[in-house]
Amino acid sequence: MSLSKIKFDKKIVLSFWIILIALIIAAPTLLPVFRLNLLGRYLSLSIVALGVDLIWGYTGLLSLGQGIFFALGGYCAAMYLQITSSSEFPNNIPEFFALYGVEKLPFFWEPFRSPVFTFFAIWIIPALVAGLIGFLVFRNRIKGVYFSILTQASLLVFFNFFNGQQKLINGTNGLKTDVTQLFGQMVGSESMQRIFFWITAILVITAWFFAKWVVKGRFGNILIGIRDDEPRVRFTGYNPVIFKTIIFSIAGGLAGISGALYTVQSGIVSPQFMTVPFSIEMVIWVAVGGRGTLLGAILGAVFINYAKSLVSEALPASWMFIQGGLFILVVTALPEGVLGWIKGDGPRNLLQRFGLRRKIETYPSLEINSKEKHNE
Amino acid sequence: MNNKYLLNLIDITVSFEGFLALNKLNLNLKKGELRAVIGPNGAGKTTFLDVITGKVKPTKGEVIFKGRSLVGRKEHKIARLGIGRKFQSPRIFENLTVKENLELSVTTPKSPLNLINKSIKDDQINEIERLMKIVNLPQKGDLKAGSLSHGQKQWLEIAMLVGQKPDLMLVDEPVAGLTDEETDLTADLLKSLSGENTVVVIDHDMEFIRRLDSNVSVLNQGTVLCEGTMETIQKDQKVIDVYLGRPED
Repeated sequence: MSLSKIKFDKKIVLSFWIILIALIIAAPTLLPVFRLNLLGRYLSLSIVALGVDLIWGYTGLLSLGQGIFFALGGYCAAMYLQITSSSEFPNNIPEFFALYGVEKLPFFWEPFRSPVFTFFAIWIIPALVAGLIGFLVFRNRIKGVYFSILTQASLLVFFNFFNGQQKLINGTNGLKTDVTQLFGQMVGSESMQRIFFWITAILVITAWFFAKWVVKGRFGNILIGIRDDEPRVRFTGYNPVIFKTIIFSIAGGLAGISGALYTVQSGIVSPQFMTVPFSIEMVIWVAVGGRGTLLGAILGAVFINYAKSLVSEALPASWMFIQGGLFILVVTALPEGVLGWIKGDGPRNLLQRFGLRRKIETYPSLEINSKEKHNE
Repeated sequence: MNNKYLLNLIDITVSFEGFLALNKLNLNLKKGELRAVIGPNGAGKTTFLDVITGKVKPTKGEVIFKGRSLVGRKEHKIARLGIGRKFQSPRIFENLTVKENLELSVTTPKSPLNLINKSIKDDQINEIERLMKIVNLPQKGDLKAGSLSHGQKQWLEIAMLVGQKPDLMLVDEPVAGLTDEETDLTADLLKSLSGENTVVVIDHDMEFIRRLDSNVSVLNQGTVLCEGTMETIQKDQKVIDVYLGRPED
């Protein structure tokens, strides 16, 4: 019984991968440009959701400030694109500077002339900022609601700073990327967008495997231990501060990558990435998909956002109600999220409730054993 | 300080906003000793463990363990120095399996790099098997710890404690909620652990303490009232007054 179940699972996994890879390759021909671009954007959001799942689903740290790291990654990418495409503008600096009478490039823009620096900056800068904020917060043993409030407050600080700095990073207008050039091609062009889609798809899968590797084994078990009983972890001889800082930093790095991919596909990065509702939405994606499941975070981010765009097209203004209702439904009826519900034998229980399936009378393992005995 | 002691508590005072949870408490433990600590509710038994393990910082006084002061050290550092603690209600990781719980306790060094990079060592796997046999859970290795019975959880936590290989084990009410049979087994287990390890057991259950057959310290109002064998303390007038009341049975 158990052996055939394993084989069955393997077949499912294999066919899942074949279908997935085929879909990714074929997506640009199957979908209109507009839909492909949306899918690419939503896939990039699933990377930040993976990070939220690592810190919240596994470690129990509910951060309402992931928008900070998401936006930082986006700004890194946009600064590079702006600066490499500014040769025909006055003073050879991005166009918007002229609006505010800035003639000299602010010093922190300089390193972003280098593609190599930018490549690393996109994930290392958010990871470092997250690590620093995390270390200070965790060292002082701030947890639970206080941690959530603190992350949200940090988000507001970053939002206000970016929003007000016209002369440094174009303030509230943000930085446009769609009309910039990358390797001689317009970033907003169809061919570039197709490449960004594929890069995003590959990075989502890579990030997923990375996250799986992180939570596998004893490291992941310590994260779960911290979530369930932090003092016990301490008295067992582990320092939770280090583990929490590391995982918060990883989530920050993932958010940065996510933000950069989202920026190049939506054509702009602006302080709007650091608004409060957006960071809360990230948590909702994970809650609906299933906390602590990783795959649930990815599916939650993609499906909710796709639903958002479809609903908004048909019934503008109604999405906020639907999203709120969805969140309430999940919190009350499916506290483990959709994937957690499926994994936890939810469908079987539902069928039983309607009398469509025989009830298990004892424990599942005993049922299986008794069946095996009958077969013998 | 005399070297024959593993742990010295010297004039420990803990004040919670004026309330003295511990009041000039003095206690010495020899290496390999099994010591029972009893006392009425509010006598400061749990605070006494909190001070040793670093959860509570004493207002005054000194804790010396293996010749080193513990005051001001973080909990995980104290744990690494060789002090393990079992909590009053079983504190295990319910969402991890029995094996995973034990893995976390036997793993050394307890650094993130070691945990993420290396797989568990063979001798540690053997140690886990041994621990599961000691506490009668050899068949339950892959079960979620949360699905164990109350008594099994208590034992798993004791096994986790032993897995840390501490020089000093602090055990807070290990038999609360256990059946008589489980209580007897736990007493035997703790007795067998002493000698090699130093064990401090806190409990109310007089039958259980008697079975431990060890020296007993009686706490009252944050200080040590009396020390000695069960027979001695049962005859002590002060103890009878504050705790035992009238003789049992």
